[in-house]
Amino acid sequence: MSHHQLDARRMLCPMPVIKTQNRVLELQPGDTLEVTCTDPGALNDIPAWCRINGHQIIDTRERDDEIIITVRVGAGD
Amino acid sequence: MTRQRKAVSLISGGLDSMLATQAMLDQGIHVEGINFFTGFCVEGHTHAIRKKDKARPKRNNALWVAEQLGIKLHIVDVIDEYKDVVINPKHGYGANLNPCLDCKCFMVRKAHEWIQEHGFDFIVTGEVIGQRPMSQRRDTLPVIQRESGAEDLLLRPLCAKVLPETLPEREGWVDRDKLYDFTGRGRKPQIALAEKMGIADFAQPSGGCCFLTDAAYSAKLADLWQYRGERRYELDDIMLLKVGRHLRPRPNFKIIVGREEGENKFLEGYRKQFTHMFTTSHPGPLVLLDGEAGADDLVLAARLAARFSQGKNADTVRVELHQKGNGTRELEVTPLTTDEIPPDWYL
Repeated sequence: MSHHQLDARRMLCPMPVIKTQNRVLELQPGDTLEVTCTDPGALNDIPAWCRINGHQIIDTRERDDEIIITVRVGAGD
Repeated sequence: MTRQRKAVSLISGGLDSMLATQAMLDQGIHVEGINFFTGFCVEGHTHAIRKKDKARPKRNNALWVAEQLGIKLHIVDVIDEYKDVVINPKHGYGANLNPCLDCKCFMVRKAHEWIQEHGFDFIVTGEVIGQRPMSQRRDTLPVIQRESGAEDLLLRPLCAKVLPETLPEREGWVDRDKLYDFTGRGRKPQIALAEKMGIADFAQPSGGCCFLTDAAYSAKLADLWQYRGERRYELDDIMLLKVGRHLRPRPNFKIIVGREEGENKFLEGYRKQFTHMFTTSHPGPLVLLDGEAGADDLVLAARLAARFSQGKNADTVRVELHQKGNGTRELEVTPLTTDEIPPDWYL
């Protein structure tokens, strides 16, 4: 299991979701992906995308104007 | 045992695609959603940019619909490929720069490619004959089937009963008798079906999230092409058209003026790419200058920046000018008066 990072700053939704989705496709179940965003829309959209696609949000933090969301990749089907 | 058939459904986030998808789920079809991001279907963007909208709840309607239906959603970035649809639409534009028929052909073609790559059986859309003036007419629905290459793998559950049978119906994967015969612009049948299906919450108005159907946005895009001398755009161009006041005081340049804190902050991200300025003697907006500006043009732009600052009634206003590739300097200018700004400068 490995930890990865994704810079989605200055991107407006749905681009942070698309970048997250495309990166998760390259990862293995159990891997974690830390996504840094600036669009507050990501606070809704990345968790929604994770819920419908079987991934888990394990941490959400806000620092200055940045939002950091950590996703654990699910088993898929 | 018969295998469960799989369909991909084009999910816009509106009611029609939601109903069409539910109709397939009700018939035991495995459905996954697909949503194409063109750069123009961006209801969330202006909310994200403008500070005054930040308190409003934001949701991506396509994701929300997928979650309500309990299906997966694949969001596909088609920004680059979509440029040809916008720039060279074979079937022309609608009332503004909306290439609705070419757009639908493109999206169904992409969905057709997707089902071939992923081993799915057919495509579902929420189209209804007569619902839209360009892309959803009795004579244009077959065009979409033909030009997308999907042919009879494209099923429109909401109006299937008034269309020729498709492969999923002929093969018995889907029971045609349980499909619908909706036509026209009215929404009553859809609202009634939503109620019957137990769908109480849905986005209104449906399908209204494309900036290209907006007259003001299209005018700004047409201006960009005219003064650039060619019909092309990058994602940053189409994003900036959504932000701020755009004024073209001279053919060789335009300015983009942030209207509030959120927009100024967004425009700050473009400072390195553009000549820009802001007032230092008074609070005021960030102003980007797009084009080639001579010395007189820069003074004019600075006077406009002053006009949109809190120093608009002052005798003079100091403006800090950051000229792309040419350093920083300060100008002292008289703000333009309202009468000195012809209405046709506003895009």
